[in-house]
Amino acid sequence: MFKRLAEKGPAISITVDGKPVTARAGDTVASALLGAGIDHCRTTPVTGAPRAPYCLMGVCFDCLVTVDGVGSRQGCLIPVREGMKVETQLGRREAGR
Amino acid sequence: MIAAADLASSYELVVIGGGPAGLAAATLAARAGVATVLFDENPGIGGQIYRAITSTPVSDRAILGKDYWDGAVLADEAKASGALIANGATVWSLDRQRLVGVSIGGKARVIEAGRVIIATGSQERPFPIPGWTLPGVMTAGAAQTALKAQGLVVEGRTVLAGSGPLLWLLAAQTLRAGGRIAAILDTTPRRNWLQAMFHLPDFALSPYFAKGLALLREVRAKVPVHRVGTIEAVGTDRVREVVFSGAGGTRRLPVDLLLLHQGVVPNVNLANAAGVAHVWNDRQICFVPVLDADFGSSVPGIAVAGDGAGIAGGTAAAERGRIAAIAAVRALRPDSVVPDTQAIRQRLQREEMGRAFLDWLNRPADSFRLPVGDTIACRCEEVTAQQVRETAQMGCEGPNQMKAFLRCGMGPCQGRLCGLTVTELIAAERKTSPDEVGYYRLRPPVKPITLAELASLPISEVERKAVER
Repeated sequence: MFKRLAEKGPAISITVDGKPVTARAGDTVASALLGAGIDHCRTTPVTGAPRAPYCLMGVCFDCLVTVDGVGSRQGCLIPVREGMKVETQLGRREAGR
Repeated sequence: MIAAADLASSYELVVIGGGPAGLAAATLAARAGVATVLFDENPGIGGQIYRAITSTPVSDRAILGKDYWDGAVLADEAKASGALIANGATVWSLDRQRLVGVSIGGKARVIEAGRVIIATGSQERPFPIPGWTLPGVMTAGAAQTALKAQGLVVEGRTVLAGSGPLLWLLAAQTLRAGGRIAAILDTTPRRNWLQAMFHLPDFALSPYFAKGLALLREVRAKVPVHRVGTIEAVGTDRVREVVFSGAGGTRRLPVDLLLLHQGVVPNVNLANAAGVAHVWNDRQICFVPVLDADFGSSVPGIAVAGDGAGIAGGTAAAERGRIAAIAAVRALRPDSVVPDTQAIRQRLQREEMGRAFLDWLNRPADSFRLPVGDTIACRCEEVTAQQVRETAQMGCEGPNQMKAFLRCGMGPCQGRLCGLTVTELIAAERKTSPDEVGYYRLRPPVKPITLAELASLPISEVERKAVER
């Protein structure tokens, strides 16, 4: 859906669901997911439908992910850090876990 | 980077939001000697319009354009003003006593403010069409944010849909950055011209007139534009197709990314939670705070500046921030020298001149604001338009009662993406006005914080003794 204009800035290594992903300095968690072509970041609590970042400005809360063990963080507001562990979230009120 | 522990326990002025209004307000107040802190939840200042102005990787200035780069002046002035600027600072609470709950880096503080200027700006208006929750459907503002902040440009089959200046600006910026756009679906109803044309003379005098025409020409030369009356995003795991209908019948386009936009509306959550009175604005089809000439709200000591006060654009937002800041300086430090308000008001008036034309021309059609059937109204709790309509028909009178029936507005976004839809749906079903129906009563925390963050609040000896017996 997105490509980078230029591979500028130092590379930052994070993991998403345990798999290595290369982000760039200046990325947020949500933009790193988009840049890596990851198609959704959570499933909804009610129907389990997949969701991906929608507004990228802190309004929609569709980019909620688990960051370093803390759940339901707004991925679009959190800058990536070297070694950061990002996990996609299963909604469905934890029943499926 | 400012840490929560670095903050003083009180500031004369707390400015919330680092867009044009907040930057201009903080700059003016700090220069006048007022102890000022600016809280902004993003990694860098600039707000949405000047997003990542101090860090954007898009170095070719032609791509984002002069209006974007003008924001660098505001940012530089704010940084040199003496105001304390805290980024990554999420304000989750504000009350009538002007106690500001803020969280930075996982640590919370409650700060006393002599005066508060809320400059939380606008958000994109909800665009509830079938399939708008599918991955691959985003807002135009989202794509613009990704371009400004991370240099991400759209790839694959991209369709833009909706109305309003931002849609065309994003299209132009995307094309300049080498991105491809398969089509633009223009949802602007033709009959909007009937109302808009009365305001054309004013618009012709506003700075937006020439810019708007140039943008339209630039984009139309390269992208097919279809005028449409319905849009549907189709897919199961993600959007695969966009189906639209217009004068030429129904068409389908395969799509990787569908970008929606139908204007912006004030981001009311923090002001609403602080008890600021709001009123329905029929021209802008949204709630706006009730404000005096200095942007002071119904709560003493709290002002709302920028697009949060009603949509007028980034340049007007800065002027509004200055006016609100002058009022704050006069209240806090009557002996301080402040700039002449009259000159600022004149500039503001010029900026606001073309707004009536833009509002009427880009007024979204009822069908794109008042969804039907299975179309989702509340994205968080997955409540459909039909559910809201039926519950209103049963006798539910307002959005707060609707929460008890359907949970709409009770998910993590706290009504930001369903509030206007639910209010308008109830008004339509009960044949009354949105003003009569009202809006969600919002309460702090207006942003999610963890228990650990709350527990990190410093505790005084008195407070400790109050619970230790």
